Amino acid sequence: MRIKNLRFGNLWISVTSVILGMLVGAIIMLLSGFNPIENYVSLFTGAVGSPNAIGEVLREATPLILTGLGFAVANSAGFFNIGLAGQALAGWLASVTFALAFPHAPGFILLPGAILAGAIAGALWSGIAGFLRAYFGASEVITTIMLNYVALYATNAIVKGFLAKGDGDYSPTIPVQARLRTPFLEHLTQNSTFHWGILVSLAAVVVVWWLMKKTTLGFEIRAVGMNEDASRYAGMSTKRTIISAMLISGCLAGLGGAMEGLGNFQNIIVNTALPSIGFDGMSVSLLATGSPVGIVLAALLFGMLKIGGLNISIASTTPPEIVDIVIAAVIFFVGANYLIRYLSVKLRRHPRQPEAVASDTQPEAAVAERAAQAEEEGEDTK
Amino acid sequence: MALTDIAIEVRGLTKRFGDFVANDHISMQIKSGTVHGLLGENGAGKTTMMNMLSGILQPTSGEILVHGQSVHLASAKDATQLGIGMVHQHFMLVENFTVLENIMLGVEETKGPGVLNRHDARDKIMALSKRYGLSIDPDAQVADISVGMQQRVEILKVLYRNADILIFDEPTAVLTPQEIKELLAIFRRLANEGKAVVLISHKLKELQAVADVTTIIRRGKVIDTVDTKTTSTEKLAELMVGRHVTFQRERVPMPAGPEILKITDLRVVDKQKVTRVHDFDLTIHGGEIVGLAGIDGNGQSELVRAITGLMPTAGGQVTIAGQDRTGATPRQITRSGVGHIPEDRQRYGLILPMSLVDNMSLQVYTLAPYSHHGVLNPKAMIANTENLLSEYDVRHSNIEEPAGSLSGGNQQKLIIARELSREPQLLIAVNPTRGLDVGAIEFIHQQLLAARAAGHAILLISYELDEIRQLADRVAVIHDGTIVGQAETNALSESEIGLLMAGETVSGKEEMLNAH
Repeated sequence: MRIKNLRFGNLWISVTSVILGMLVGAIIMLLSGFNPIENYVSLFTGAVGSPNAIGEVLREATPLILTGLGFAVANSAGFFNIGLAGQALAGWLASVTFALAFPHAPGFILLPGAILAGAIAGALWSGIAGFLRAYFGASEVITTIMLNYVALYATNAIVKGFLAKGDGDYSPTIPVQARLRTPFLEHLTQNSTFHWGILVSLAAVVVVWWLMKKTTLGFEIRAVGMNEDASRYAGMSTKRTIISAMLISGCLAGLGGAMEGLGNFQNIIVNTALPSIGFDGMSVSLLATGSPVGIVLAALLFGMLKIGGLNISIASTTPPEIVDIVIAAVIFFVGANYLIRYLSVKLRRHPRQPEAVASDTQPEAAVAERAAQAEEEGEDTK
Repeated sequence: MALTDIAIEVRGLTKRFGDFVANDHISMQIKSGTVHGLLGENGAGKTTMMNMLSGILQPTSGEILVHGQSVHLASAKDATQLGIGMVHQHFMLVENFTVLENIMLGVEETKGPGVLNRHDARDKIMALSKRYGLSIDPDAQVADISVGMQQRVEILKVLYRNADILIFDEPTAVLTPQEIKELLAIFRRLANEGKAVVLISHKLKELQAVADVTTIIRRGKVIDTVDTKTTSTEKLAELMVGRHVTFQRERVPMPAGPEILKITDLRVVDKQKVTRVHDFDLTIHGGEIVGLAGIDGNGQSELVRAITGLMPTAGGQVTIAGQDRTGATPRQITRSGVGHIPEDRQRYGLILPMSLVDNMSLQVYTLAPYSHHGVLNPKAMIANTENLLSEYDVRHSNIEEPAGSLSGGNQQKLIIARELSREPQLLIAVNPTRGLDVGAIEFIHQQLLAARAAGHAILLISYELDEIRQLADRVAVIHDGTIVGQAETNALSESEIGLLMAGETVSGKEEMLNAH
């Protein structure tokens, strides 16, 4: 019963963060002389008001689900994967390169092959950081940040040097049979960029959920993430577990990149910055507090904010940056999760001193508090 | 202040947490110049009450009187101003500050703005140290001093703040027998100087050694206040747990079983290249409990970690049931029939945020029927967990609750259930009853003796000499990483073991001690 309450507690925190974020956005709009209600209405219609809008939202959410899952898996193992963007870029490059390399291959080989190439490239890229951490104790925060830049500039060099025609800064478009976008879906969604990648994302949600909850590997990843010493005591190889988690994480990020390459862009371009799906995926995962189903919902919300946000500046003079502020504020409140949790404890029960439960004297209070602590220490929802 | 002065009195003190009543109309008086014991099982409400007296918690109802004046303690600061000082079970010291700096911390005396007046503080502290027999080295860093001295620093911190009511919460949990003896003498001295000393404990022996009167609390209520000197141990235990408790452990004679653990010439070197264990030889047979006595930090942890594969060995051999297991992985060692009740149950024994099911499955999750080809079988895991939780009487509300929500005693029972259920040929138990109350200790001792009766070999490593003397067939004493003597348990007195633990020799018994 208590566990259910806690699960509800997590949802409550995510919803509160979104509401608070939107309130902050509203206050800023008011201060800048814009009408928040009008703008939120146009944001909403821009996100779900037409089949085209819905298609765009789903397309936007597709890679975010994958990078969000990638972050969550690594995070379960106690690993902060900041390198999702670089891994996604590696996946994007590999999938497009594969598709361009075999222009005459039939679709049933070329498309799965290109997707797989993206997944492998992402896994290899994150595997470097996993290996360095497992064998040399190198902080993954630093190595993945550095690997992000290596991925960005190496990809740009490869695109310019090998893939682009002449002096161009983009590769040719991939063959038709490697594309995730189809005339059928375009027709269905009034020429949106919606593509079949959403099925890959939803399949990944099921697989990741199954892997984390139902397999010995998932059990090991969760155990190592929560207590490395006890995991070693129980005979787990922490090195192998850390590397496995990192490979899975990078594989998912690479898939996210492949979705951009095969679905959204259908080629690869010289990027001036790392793809935003990396950092947005982190935000999605944090907002969802790591739960796979939550990640789908959070990714859809992000898609709606981003796509609907475009409509704000079309319908009014409000600058589109206001939506970025709303998104940033939502993430801020997710990050301030602890604050919200603290307030929720204060509000839901009569005031109670946290010191009290440090002792062994109050089973009821202690259960709730220790469980909350446990969650803060990185447990995902049960 | 007269010696019969009532330093602190509570009347009808009640504390509720939601529906749970932690303290139920507690009334008691604590006199200056006495050591007042507060006895109760884990979870009886002792700490809640003391947290109210030291201002950390506020009572739901009831009254606190300090020297006859009704007071309201809104914070720990109020309590300090009224002369109430609390020494917590876990020390609150800044490790890389000196002893002097730690004592001054928070009430720094200054000469001019922001400039510490170490000189005056030092004089005051040294005077207190002398007066109460609390020997310290004011310039040593806390990280470098013994646990016993850290405790004395904590006491000086309280005295430095002019406390005349001192509350100690389970003060001996982390001390060696010698340090405990010294601490009890300090309590007596503090009382003789007119202080009121409140000693929260579930250790009957200590209360009997030092407390003038003892108040027994059970399930948040005062059961009785007794004159400790004229009350028997059995009576105190019975008052505390509400049923008869035996202290006699039945050790049925066992025929010598096969050799299960054989350690020869073991050497363990830690990461800092310090030799922790050397020239270590020990043999344990089936049906035998060997107690390894020693002062904390003499290589016991490293020995266990080396035997269980958690730390590399630098030389020598570990043989388990005839198989060379030197340098094997923890899993290989577990699979060869070794159960391990680790020293630190929260760090090694359990993954606190994980559920009881997950924790119970930690050692077996890769085996059928708990998983097949890497896919877990939750049904088998749950069935196994439910069986073991009820067989070992682990009090819990829900098998999906995190292990961290269990009380310490129940956490330990869970580990013991998990390790014994695999019917290990060799059980390594490190301080298996540390911090538990007599009821839980009795249960765990019975389980260990049952494992012995079933023919298992048990290596019992304990800082509690009583525990070793109660359970072990043979006692081996470790000092500075090697065994300095071993003998049949009955052949050595407590003080002789104590001498060996301190690295001394026992005259007249050298031959016997080296016979093994």
